[in-house]
Amino acid sequence: MATDKTSFQLVVNGILNENPIFRLVLSMCPAVGISTTVMNGFMLGIAVLFVQVFSSCTIALFKNVIHPRIRIPTYTLTIATWVTVIDMVLAAYLPEAYAKMGIFVKLIVAFAIITMRLEMFACKESVNASFWDGIGMGLGFMFGMMALGFVRELLGLGTILGYDVLGFKPLLFFVLPFAGFFCVGLMMAFFNYIEIVYKRAKRA
Amino acid sequence: MHTIRRILLFLAIVLALPVSAQAKDLIADQSFGKANNEIVVTFAAVADRAVVENPANYLVYEEHDPDIKLELLSVVLSADQKTATLTFAEPLNVRVGHVVTIDRLVESGAAATFKVAQPYFGYLLSILISALLINNFVFTKYLGLCVFFGTSKRKDTAKGMGFTFTMVIVVSAIMSWFFYQFILKPFGLNFLQIVIFIGLVSLTVQAVDTVLRKVNPALFNAFGVYLVLVIANCVIIAVPLILADNEYNFFESFMLSLGAGGGFLLALYLMSSVRERMELANIPPTFKGVPIAFIVAGQFALAFLGFSGLSLF
Repeated sequence: MATDKTSFQLVVNGILNENPIFRLVLSMCPAVGISTTVMNGFMLGIAVLFVQVFSSCTIALFKNVIHPRIRIPTYTLTIATWVTVIDMVLAAYLPEAYAKMGIFVKLIVAFAIITMRLEMFACKESVNASFWDGIGMGLGFMFGMMALGFVRELLGLGTILGYDVLGFKPLLFFVLPFAGFFCVGLMMAFFNYIEIVYKRAKRA
Repeated sequence: MHTIRRILLFLAIVLALPVSAQAKDLIADQSFGKANNEIVVTFAAVADRAVVENPANYLVYEEHDPDIKLELLSVVLSADQKTATLTFAEPLNVRVGHVVTIDRLVESGAAATFKVAQPYFGYLLSILISALLINNFVFTKYLGLCVFFGTSKRKDTAKGMGFTFTMVIVVSAIMSWFFYQFILKPFGLNFLQIVIFIGLVSLTVQAVDTVLRKVNPALFNAFGVYLVLVIANCVIIAVPLILADNEYNFFESFMLSLGAGGGFLLALYLMSSVRERMELANIPPTFKGVPIAFIVAGQFALAFLGFSGLSLF
């Protein structure tokens, strides 16, 4: 049942075709809640990447000894273990970034994207393929978070990664917490628009 | 009937205990003031301005921390010399009782000591209202959004999901509270929080699934499908973590989990009402489906901002 995709294709698949935020519409909570700056998106992206890769590898390694009926609780406990690890590492070495992300690091345990990848991919494939799929999904999530953070930080504060680029603040609205909903909605509509235009151009 | 009445009586006594801890005959009333660093004291008789307005005559501390004296900035006595407003240097933690001692209040020079605490029942209700509206988990904390957008297309689905979720979250939050207070904390196993809490949630979901299937098959047919989705909802793991962080007691935990579940039900129902209407509307093709749902949710979030600052008790 092994996948015939190369590792490169698996990574690209996670970033573009099956982007967790914009394509699969999963793990929206952090996308709305803390995507106010690029840095926040990057930090949470790292945490998710770590948890996704290690959980995928763990499940792929033990897929033959996990009884199918208890597979979901097994996935949950595996993810919880790795989340505990990254939670403690971040709290110890990056306390400032950790404080900004608040409860969201612990909530990675309930992100639908990770469980879904374990169920759809890692429990059938080899450790190697699962590793690359985990990298792709993690990077896809990080890319989505950073894209949102980029738009919100640029439009809201006029800065990128804390550096002043515009010199003024175009729409302070975008850094307010609830604007996450509007920002995600507008960006999805924007991607849909590109797709529609692209299809029309292809047909003509 | 008798047992129920006895339980109710017991609850009433337990809840009334902190309220009934009143002071001596000198003090008519005491409460936390409007600002978060004030205590307002009403005297039974006219008080001596020189004594009352001197901050050196006061000793104020939190009930469980008698060693830490709170810094008092000023005391202002009202014109009729019966109401004094104590202003402190730092905001008070109104969740805990404060013990106030006033020296030389009576002629003999004896000190008057009394306790200031919020009415407990009102405090519990304020936790419920806060979780339900002011800090609604969906619209102001941005949690549980995957399930929120997934199950808010139809009113029936929204109701089913909301009720199932409320049931599971109350049971699992109380179990988590019990495990945290009596197992994790005494044995210093705090680092296992995430693993234990998510394990308990899975266990509750499985138990509700099994019990419902045997006891009430009709109900299971209606709500069974939502049980699987409950575990993918961030709120279900966020609530036990918040309970553990804030060291809530049993009643507070119950109220917070009830508020979280009810708030989720409310959000789902509101959203599904709008989305049913939206199917008839003429929406641009780029916004169809999920994008417009996000915009609507954003507007709800804006509206819920109006609840901030709401205080009933």
